[in-house]
Amino acid sequence: MTAPILYDVPGPKARRRIRIGTVVGILLILGLIAYVLVKLAGNGQLEGQRWAVIFDPRSSVPQFLLRGLVATLQVAALGMVLATAMGALLAIGRLSDHRWVRIPVTTVIEFFRAVPLLVVIFAAFLLPPTFGVPISAYAALVIGLTLYNSAVIAEIVRAGILSIDKGQSEAAYGIGMRKWQVMTFILLPQAIRRMLPVLIAQLVVLLKDSSLGFIIGYFELLRSARSLVEFFRVDFGDQYSFQIYVAAAVIYIFVNVILSIFARWLDKRLARSKKSREGDETLPLTAEQFGAGGGGLGGV
Amino acid sequence: MGFLIDNFGLFVDAMGQTLLISLFAGLLALVLGTILAAMRVSPVPPLRGLATFYVEVFRNTPLTVVFFFIIFGLPQIDTVISPLPGAMLAVGLYTAAFVCEAIRSGINSISAGQAEAARAIGLTFSQSLREVVLPQAFRTVVPPLGNVWIAMVKNTSIAAGFFIPELSALLPRLANAAADELIATLIGVVIAYLLITLPSAYGVSRLEKRAAILR
Repeated sequence: MTAPILYDVPGPKARRRIRIGTVVGILLILGLIAYVLVKLAGNGQLEGQRWAVIFDPRSSVPQFLLRGLVATLQVAALGMVLATAMGALLAIGRLSDHRWVRIPVTTVIEFFRAVPLLVVIFAAFLLPPTFGVPISAYAALVIGLTLYNSAVIAEIVRAGILSIDKGQSEAAYGIGMRKWQVMTFILLPQAIRRMLPVLIAQLVVLLKDSSLGFIIGYFELLRSARSLVEFFRVDFGDQYSFQIYVAAAVIYIFVNVILSIFARWLDKRLARSKKSREGDETLPLTAEQFGAGGGGLGGV
Repeated sequence: MGFLIDNFGLFVDAMGQTLLISLFAGLLALVLGTILAAMRVSPVPPLRGLATFYVEVFRNTPLTVVFFFIIFGLPQIDTVISPLPGAMLAVGLYTAAFVCEAIRSGINSISAGQAEAARAIGLTFSQSLREVVLPQAFRTVVPPLGNVWIAMVKNTSIAAGFFIPELSALLPRLANAAADELIATLIGVVIAYLLITLPSAYGVSRLEKRAAILR
């Protein structure tokens, strides 16, 4: 059902009402923005010099934020690769014919899906030192992100594999392929195409989740912003705090929106090529089938 | 095990904090998310745009950053908020975006005939949404909303980084106070979370069966 069914093409009266609604709505939004701006200006937050510091290389703020962004991307990239690889393995394990593989793997997946990511990260950060194994915040963050997201990705991959028409694997067995051949040559390649958009959505979540490094003290983007604020507080008080936080948030949103747009583009592209190839008999996997708020809320 | 029993009160208090944040944030998210979903299908363009903007921004911002703005940013516009309501607000505002998307998918799943029939008997936009479409949409979105709720309970753990003594915050706290009992603490925290999420999952599946529309 598309939205326009909910209302008729507006007539003259309705058009007037909509116009009034539009004006009132815009005024309301403008009022809210104005309120925030006035308050900010009242506290002197809008002075150009305060914002200039973000772009001024002499203040070393841009370098610091850039380093934070690189650290964030570093953790996220490593986590993405490891979590995807481990997720695929876990998914295959869960689909195994052998009970002694299936049951432990299912337990592991369900466990990490039930526990908050922060608890996994805390565990990875706090546990090894009690056994005399030193661990950096970086390693703990990567381990936490990998374990948690591999469980989520495992479910995405599993749903993808299960969505492939049974005839595919039957035909593969029919021409004499072994189990591992059916999985690697027939099922996975098709499943990956189908689950790619949801997988990327989950990877965006992983990127967002890397901000949890803030809590265990890894110098990712948010922590860098925080330490900048503390650094400036010594000489300037809270003069630049707000601006630096805003800059960090804008960078996050920018990077994530780019990834989301990429996911949507990919989704559209895959949908189109599928239609042209095999008609519309296969239903595309929708986000809800994967649970976890469309994979979009799986973590943070 | 003895350690867990000795500190039982501590765990119960922490779990209470987690539940408190979850309940109020969930309520806020449900109400705000429904309003946002209605805005996204409404005939008034600025409302549609505003809701879309809200959802896009909050879906692409880490919850940690939302917390940041509530706890450290709001004081900049002379609105100081103490940590607990701040946490509720942050989690609620963040989750509302996901609730909105879940409900919108539900609205889109209602067959077009329902809305056409509602229009044909002369119901207005808000009437057809309120009386015909949303009641059915809510039934179909019970499973995704349940997932959002469980994810949200887990997300409240981020409040640990912002001065709130909830479940996850016990880990670093007891790691300092009782380092050799860390595994016991970990087990306790995990069990406490499971005590919330497992019954939730069960309740959602029961609710799903009761609410399902037989077609």
